[in-house]
Amino acid sequence: MGDQITKDPASFISHLELDQPDKTFLDSNELIINMGPQHPATHGVLRVILKLDGEKVLGTECVIGYLHRGVEKIAEHRTYTMFNPYVDRMDYVAAVSNGLGYCEAVEKLMNVQAPPRANYIRVILTELNRLASHQLWLGTHALDIGAMTPLFYTFRDREEILKIFEKYCGARLTTHAFRIGGCLYETYDGFEQDVKKFIDFLPPKIDEYEELLTTNRIWVERTKGVGKITAADCVALGVTGPVLRASGVKWDLRKAQPYAAYSEFDFDIPIGQSGDTYDRYLVRMEEMRQSLRIIRQAVERIPEGPIMAKVPKVIKPAVGEIYHSIEAPKGELGYFIVSDGSTQPYRIRVRPPSFVNLQALDLMVRGQLVADVIAVIGTLDIVLGEVDR
Amino acid sequence: MLDYITSYLSSNTTPGQAGNVFWALVYIMVVFGGVSVAVMAMNWLERKALAHFQIRLGPMRVGPHGLLQPIADAIKLLTKEDIVPSEADKFVFWLAPLIILCASFTVYIVVPFGPTHAITDLNIGILFMLGVSSLSVLGVVMAGWASNSHYPLIGALRSSAQMISYEVAMGLAVVSAILMTSLNATGTGTLSMIGIVQAQQSQQMWFLFKFFPLGFIAFGIFAIAMVAETNRAPFDLPEAESELTAGFHTEYSGLRWSLFMLGEYAAMIAVSSIAVTLWVGGWMRPFPNWLTGETWDLVFSLIPGFLFLGLAFIAFIGVARMPKHPYFRVQTIGLAGFGAVLGLIGLVLFAPPVRDRIQDIFWFCAKVAVFMYLYIWYRATFPRYRFDQLMRVGWKVLLPVSIGVLILTAIMGVLF
Repeated sequence: MGDQITKDPASFISHLELDQPDKTFLDSNELIINMGPQHPATHGVLRVILKLDGEKVLGTECVIGYLHRGVEKIAEHRTYTMFNPYVDRMDYVAAVSNGLGYCEAVEKLMNVQAPPRANYIRVILTELNRLASHQLWLGTHALDIGAMTPLFYTFRDREEILKIFEKYCGARLTTHAFRIGGCLYETYDGFEQDVKKFIDFLPPKIDEYEELLTTNRIWVERTKGVGKITAADCVALGVTGPVLRASGVKWDLRKAQPYAAYSEFDFDIPIGQSGDTYDRYLVRMEEMRQSLRIIRQAVERIPEGPIMAKVPKVIKPAVGEIYHSIEAPKGELGYFIVSDGSTQPYRIRVRPPSFVNLQALDLMVRGQLVADVIAVIGTLDIVLGEVDR
Repeated sequence: MLDYITSYLSSNTTPGQAGNVFWALVYIMVVFGGVSVAVMAMNWLERKALAHFQIRLGPMRVGPHGLLQPIADAIKLLTKEDIVPSEADKFVFWLAPLIILCASFTVYIVVPFGPTHAITDLNIGILFMLGVSSLSVLGVVMAGWASNSHYPLIGALRSSAQMISYEVAMGLAVVSAILMTSLNATGTGTLSMIGIVQAQQSQQMWFLFKFFPLGFIAFGIFAIAMVAETNRAPFDLPEAESELTAGFHTEYSGLRWSLFMLGEYAAMIAVSSIAVTLWVGGWMRPFPNWLTGETWDLVFSLIPGFLFLGLAFIAFIGVARMPKHPYFRVQTIGLAGFGAVLGLIGLVLFAPPVRDRIQDIFWFCAKVAVFMYLYIWYRATFPRYRFDQLMRVGWKVLLPVSIGVLILTAIMGVLF
């Protein structure tokens, strides 16, 4: 792979060149264009090689790895505690979820239970992060489809979430909010008021986004029936998260295998029917409202007590392996950790939702138009830091 | 010699018709200078208005409230390195922006800012405007082809398809307005831009409200088609940033790129002035039949002056609100100076001779400005159409409707 990068771009188009196009009487040539890695709408350094017949997409191939940092390999040379901040850098728009997944996986490996208060704090912060992630998705997705203004509205409101993060742990994006065994920081004075203020502040703003887009004729035309994927295809490809739910599968790890304190809250899992871009949009919008519901319950019932379980200073899990997954904003985020009994993990494998969801791109855009590729990349909600790791 | 120069002033026509080359040249310089300034103003206004739609401030640093930003941008673009891709067809690459620029500036020859305030009054004025402005497709295709790159090529193909298909609906909408000009005693219509406005004057009605709702629908079709024609949002597919990076001018930079922008904004103003001329009564002031009499004439003739005084007032409010800090002194003085200039213009506009002469031009420009604001508003509000949807709207919605409107207008014209 490494030496191929220096070669001609055409050397990548293996399977695209294999299927011969239908010969028309004009016998026209297909156009092979490179979308990315520097492209305004590929959400980072994704490179998509498109084979086009005019505007129609005959095939795509994703070239990834431009943001590869070897996170999994780094883990093998760090202790369990030292590796914790690294996971924040994978899906940097949902850093809290990444941290939650890792901490819970290690806790499971060590047979440690985080105390209830820590779990509630975790739920509140994770759901806030889900909102931030969905807001960023909405803004950039709308921008890709040509509506500039929602981006600024979502960023304005996302700022309030980041402020809460900043007050809680000092960082806005790569928060490193949780530690193995619970949380390091007790909530600051006024945390609950801030969160309550925020959950009253956001619903009218979500209505505002919906007002701009949901019934907008052009938005509906651009998204309805675009990038359809059936439930069977989703399951076969391992696609998870809102993309799976928009295809009609009611699968949310928060309900299916509750972690943290999720079993104690009452919330719905929104699902779509047709599995197109518009349904995915509606599912995510509804998810934002459900997240607010969870946060409201959590912040009202947050128990008193310790925030850290009894965890040894030097974390040395017994020999064994564990797979633990959580519902990140983008889908199932899983950590597979193999321990050899030392202070460093023998191997950590991350199951990133973005990477798996991205594999559905080709299926979703084949036969559609160039503009739909952009819409589908947006609706898959990928973060290249997580795809490449 | 002096007689030759002043002969135009006593004539009652445009300099072109009076055959007065001197005044024609003066008009050409004034109009082209004015359009260039309008483009710069529009550039600033678009960034400011769009920013305020999007809860931002927009340019704030260069001059008070970013007023000098267009000038700074112009200097930056002029001094940038002139890059021609090595694989490009150099001559065509060089020619393309010039064609677009020429096409969009040449149409101003017939734009009627007033009954005598046009460079010339061609008897095929509207045909000339549509014909010359559609030449810019050529520039777009040439730019896309000469760049020898994939994104510009797709952008150019999209653009040519789009501009050609929307021209059909646009032309038919224009024809239905022209049909309305023939509703007089002699039954002869006119293609002259000045004649069209005069027809609305004599029929005592903007064509927008003629045969309601036929005029309205025709105007609506034109208003949609003109946005598509100038490649602006939501029909900005040729330069769809998120898909084709910058469409047909992806490979252009610096001066050449700024020529494209100049051409685009000039074309926006040009098609807006067609819409104003055809449907919204051109240079006529609002309610010329309803609010008649000396008093109302006086009231309406004072509006330009008051408008500028109002702008000056806003500028002075801005001065008062400027932070009192030495760092802001230059900006404050600049804004005060700007306000003073605006106020002075307002006072000059109150002077009776100026007041009477400026009226037509003011109302024409004000109506065009409304359309320019609409362009910005669209851009802030709408997502972008997809290519096939765009074609569907053009061919399956606008075209049949415009044919229907045309037929109905003809029937109504015969019946009434």
